[in-house]
Amino acid sequence: MSAGTYTPRPGAAPLPRMIAAQTALETRMLLRNGEQLLLTVIIPALLLVLFSAVDIVDTGSGASVDFLAPGILALAVMSTAFTGQAIATGFERRYGVLKRLGASPLPRWALMTAKTLSVLVTEVLQIVLLTAIAFALGWSPQGNPLSVLLLLVLGTAAFSGLGLLMAGTLKAEATLAAANLVFLLLLVGGGVIVPLDKFPDAVQSVLGLLPVSALSGGLRDVLQHGASMPWAEAGVLAVWAVLGLGAAAKFFRWE
Amino acid sequence: MENEPVVQVKGLVKRYGAKTAVNGLDLVVATGAVTAVLGPNGAGKTTTVETCEGYRRPDAGTVRVLGLDPVADAERLRPRIGVMLQSGGVYSGARADEMLRHMAKLHAHPLDVDALTERLGLGDCGRTAYRRLSGGQQQRLSLAMAVVGRPELVFLDEPTAGLDPQARRSTWDLVRELRADGVSVVLTTHFMDEAEALADDVAIIDAGRVIAQGSPEQLCRGGAENTLRFTGRTGLDLGSLVKALPDGSEAAEPLPGTYRITGTIDPQLLATVTSWCAQHGVMPEGISVERHTLEDVFLELTGKKLTGKELRA
Repeated sequence: MSAGTYTPRPGAAPLPRMIAAQTALETRMLLRNGEQLLLTVIIPALLLVLFSAVDIVDTGSGASVDFLAPGILALAVMSTAFTGQAIATGFERRYGVLKRLGASPLPRWALMTAKTLSVLVTEVLQIVLLTAIAFALGWSPQGNPLSVLLLLVLGTAAFSGLGLLMAGTLKAEATLAAANLVFLLLLVGGGVIVPLDKFPDAVQSVLGLLPVSALSGGLRDVLQHGASMPWAEAGVLAVWAVLGLGAAAKFFRWE
Repeated sequence: MENEPVVQVKGLVKRYGAKTAVNGLDLVVATGAVTAVLGPNGAGKTTTVETCEGYRRPDAGTVRVLGLDPVADAERLRPRIGVMLQSGGVYSGARADEMLRHMAKLHAHPLDVDALTERLGLGDCGRTAYRRLSGGQQQRLSLAMAVVGRPELVFLDEPTAGLDPQARRSTWDLVRELRADGVSVVLTTHFMDEAEALADDVAIIDAGRVIAQGSPEQLCRGGAENTLRFTGRTGLDLGSLVKALPDGSEAAEPLPGTYRITGTIDPQLLATVTSWCAQHGVMPEGISVERHTLEDVFLELTGKKLTGKELRA
């Protein structure tokens, strides 16, 4: 490199270019990570195939895939927006990535926008894959796609808030353990593959307020039963979103 | 405003809980120069630099970087500065060239990434994930990330910690190239040879304050007196020698035939000593001048070695 190579010529790239670059990088990091892929793709796909094919859990009347597919979509959203995002962001915080990016021209809000876009891109890939598998298993979805979209967006907002709250306040190792544990507990107790009416009434009403139950229940109302818009579930998700994102905004530590 | 300092810190105080990391620190950094912030571990170097980078909000005092408030004007300041953290800062799964290319994309007129990786000897580890790079390679990637955006001012926090001598030289060369091209550089170090070799200006920090600032030459001349040694025949008349020397000089014969003169050792004094020897028929041999190093200056100012070991109770 010759004289004058380093002559200052500072300047931020245009915002759309920065956000696009950050989104692409975040998505690549996620897709390259084996453990993340296990959570976001392999486990949901396996559960869908396994529980549709084998009648392990009594899923009520009708084809079991019609019950399972909405639950698995809810699980996919949770795995990416909550578990995956919490673990990845927790380690980015731990390894100083968030700190270093904080000194770059990329504003913090733009970093969070890129993270959200990366989550949405991943969800689209998941949904395409899982929907294709469900159709292959004989799934016949009902209802209004716009209601499904709204529920998925609200669910993503709710899970992102909780995931970022965890990533921004706990140690990375604690986030790793807790996010996986919560994933497992909600998989079992959140109406994903086990219908909530298998639980005692008192437990049921509490479990129904969990974000994953609201999302899987709402999606099932639309996709399995053809409901127009499940407002109660949407309301539960909206409350979680406001609480989670609000708390994350207040308590998130960048270092 | 060509001559406005790039960094102006006045009365900076920063506490972490009960611990005061920086305690009334003043620092002025000149445009286009290499400024070393020198001090032992825990002196407040990193806290000072991180306050300039906008990571820390001062508890008291003011900080201006390129005329801006690093916290309030962060979005205007950050595109103009380059930052090398003491460690980390890279996605553990990212490849070296991928991360550097990404940083380049965040800037309007970045350096050529291939040429930069080549320059820093990172050419062969482009495809290697960050977590698999050696410590030295991680350091050099971090340095590359600090300069790729063509900043006016770069902050390098311990840029050569853990580097082998060759990589250290290469980093020094890069710092000199940056200065030659008009980039202002602030670096922290606890290596006094690094400060002496690289810096136009050195700020010595201890216990959260700047205790001395100046060029390495000024600092070494100012605080401590230097020493001239020579050997000759035993029993020279030291009284006569001291009379010939400027006021404040001292002469001693610590071992028979070994002479030590302390004071301001300049060419004039050296000439005086040799002509005195000539007058007295003495052949002075092994004349040596010992310049005080920054290490000595630091020791004199604080009673501590730079490595942090206490010498005095």
